[in-house]
Amino acid sequence: MAELAADQHVRYIVTVEKKKDSFESLVMEHIRLNGAYWGLTTLDLLHKLHAVDAAEVVDWIMSCYHPESGGFGGNVGHDPHVLYTLSAVQVLCLFDRLDVLDIDKVADYVAGLQNEDGSFSGDIWGEVDTRFSYIALCTLSLLHRLHKINMQKAVDFVVSCKNLDGGFGAMPGGESHAGQIFCCVGALAITGSLHHIDRDLLGWWLCERQCKDGGLNGRPEKLADVCYSWWVLSSLIMIDRVHWIDKEKLAKFILNCQDKENGGISDRPDNAVDIYHTYFGVAGLSLMEYPGVKPMDPAYALPLDVVNRIFLRK
Amino acid sequence: MEHAKSGPGSWPEMADVVPVPQDDGPSPVVPIAYRDDFREVMDYFRALYLAGERSPRALRLTAEAIEVNPGNYTVWHFRRLILEALDYDLLQEMNFVEKIAECNPKNYQIWHHKRWLAEKLGPDVANKEHEFTMKILALDAKNYHAWSHRQWVLQTLGGWESELQYCNQLLEEDIFNNSAWNQRYLVITRSPLLGGLMAMRDSEVHYTIEAILANPQNESPWRYLRGLYKGENNLLVADERISDVCLKVLKNDWSCVFALSLLLDLLRSGLQPSDELKATLEPIRNSNPEMADADLATAVCCTLQKCDPLRVNYWSWYKTTLSSQIS
Repeated sequence: MAELAADQHVRYIVTVEKKKDSFESLVMEHIRLNGAYWGLTTLDLLHKLHAVDAAEVVDWIMSCYHPESGGFGGNVGHDPHVLYTLSAVQVLCLFDRLDVLDIDKVADYVAGLQNEDGSFSGDIWGEVDTRFSYIALCTLSLLHRLHKINMQKAVDFVVSCKNLDGGFGAMPGGESHAGQIFCCVGALAITGSLHHIDRDLLGWWLCERQCKDGGLNGRPEKLADVCYSWWVLSSLIMIDRVHWIDKEKLAKFILNCQDKENGGISDRPDNAVDIYHTYFGVAGLSLMEYPGVKPMDPAYALPLDVVNRIFLRK
Repeated sequence: MEHAKSGPGSWPEMADVVPVPQDDGPSPVVPIAYRDDFREVMDYFRALYLAGERSPRALRLTAEAIEVNPGNYTVWHFRRLILEALDYDLLQEMNFVEKIAECNPKNYQIWHHKRWLAEKLGPDVANKEHEFTMKILALDAKNYHAWSHRQWVLQTLGGWESELQYCNQLLEEDIFNNSAWNQRYLVITRSPLLGGLMAMRDSEVHYTIEAILANPQNESPWRYLRGLYKGENNLLVADERISDVCLKVLKNDWSCVFALSLLLDLLRSGLQPSDELKATLEPIRNSNPEMADADLATAVCCTLQKCDPLRVNYWSWYKTTLSSQIS
């Protein structure tokens, strides 16, 4: 089997130089905090977080902070949104630097986005999606501030998005999708509410996502994509059904998506690499206990030692 | 550079604006090299955004910024503030966002902007919204954003009249379209015009069985069929059409995983196998001498272990639930 080109991936992340005019350089600008989370978490999983200057990163993260609202924008000068607030909190967790935050202010921002029906909006404009339920619950839990919201209602909304196949969608009635399933299972795991899931039914749907090429897709009749290695595997682990898929074939699929020379992982073999799929590939291997990669927590999407530090120290 | 000529730096109304460059901070984790035309637009955008200027020129500038990067949510935020301040014609804005959406159909910000507009415009635009999502779904029938929007419009603004017909049409085009099956379930369970799941069950079972017989390897209708009897396993077992469709499929292809798996669920839930079913499964038993004495469910499960090697562990687990039930 091909091996993980860990050194090349580290080099790719640390020195990634976007070419001018590249599509990625344009579309990444406003989600740079997500990019930082993907890159830095991957570095930590590969035991190379020290390759970056922690103080510089923390300074930059805090320059994306909005002291008035308590939320973070995707980049300096951008409006706050929960998508970037979670990434900011996660990166600060990696560096063990939650101390720089006004924790209650950040938690109040997130808690303030809960709606009457228990759902969460992503920002003041009110887009509702189970992604935001997960993000809100994950952020608040990492900050030890879950008590600031109505947990029962938050759980009820997620459960209302459950479908006939045992999976979950973005809204009540929305089609089951592996990414949304991760969010909903993660939200239920964080709130200790996994009993709402029919584990055998959902587990079967999730393991049906494995395609003949060994990779996982996100919905029936779609192509396999490395990112679903994370969404599907983490969900299967949380419901204790990960042994139902063929891990060896999946690992092979991920490893075949590497650029072994210049580093980085792509969505499927022979495609262009990017930081997003590099993260999901390495994270997927971590969930399968690949040698040399730190174990990852399937609910918080952070290395296990980081999560332990947060919850065991308290 | 050609782009630069038409960039905001050359607009007469921008003459008094001082552009504000992006501050990426020292040696960024994800360094980004910006294209010049992109940089120019965003530098001007930043200037007006920081000044909070809600004017026609700011509106024009947001359109330009959206064109270089429709994913920039801060630009969309600012645009909404300007629209409100100028009391802008929202139908015209709808035309603008639809043009952008047609080129970027998988962008969260665009769809959210559309929803914001539709919510303000109200039920009168429901059918127009449905026409638009139909257009997008004609290009990609599984676009998650378009489906979410369509479901939101249905449930918030209405327009259910021809939705089941639309599902029929999409499934006629591609019977494997899981999104259309999901929408069908939404319609039969939530449409205020159809009377709900109980009223629709009988005809839906019929429709689904036809779909299965046409393409037994299609995962979606097998799951849909179970969904029609969700939480009422006893009725699923009692409906002879269900075991019958398994039987029909297995007669042609005794290794069809979906048929075997549904049959297995039926047997575990207490289905008494007919003589015809036993006869159909005889080759399965004969293919494997060690199964000769096993009960029917166990034999089916052993077959699934062989037919579906990728999920052999799932079927092995399933088998343990059978033996524990017997003991």
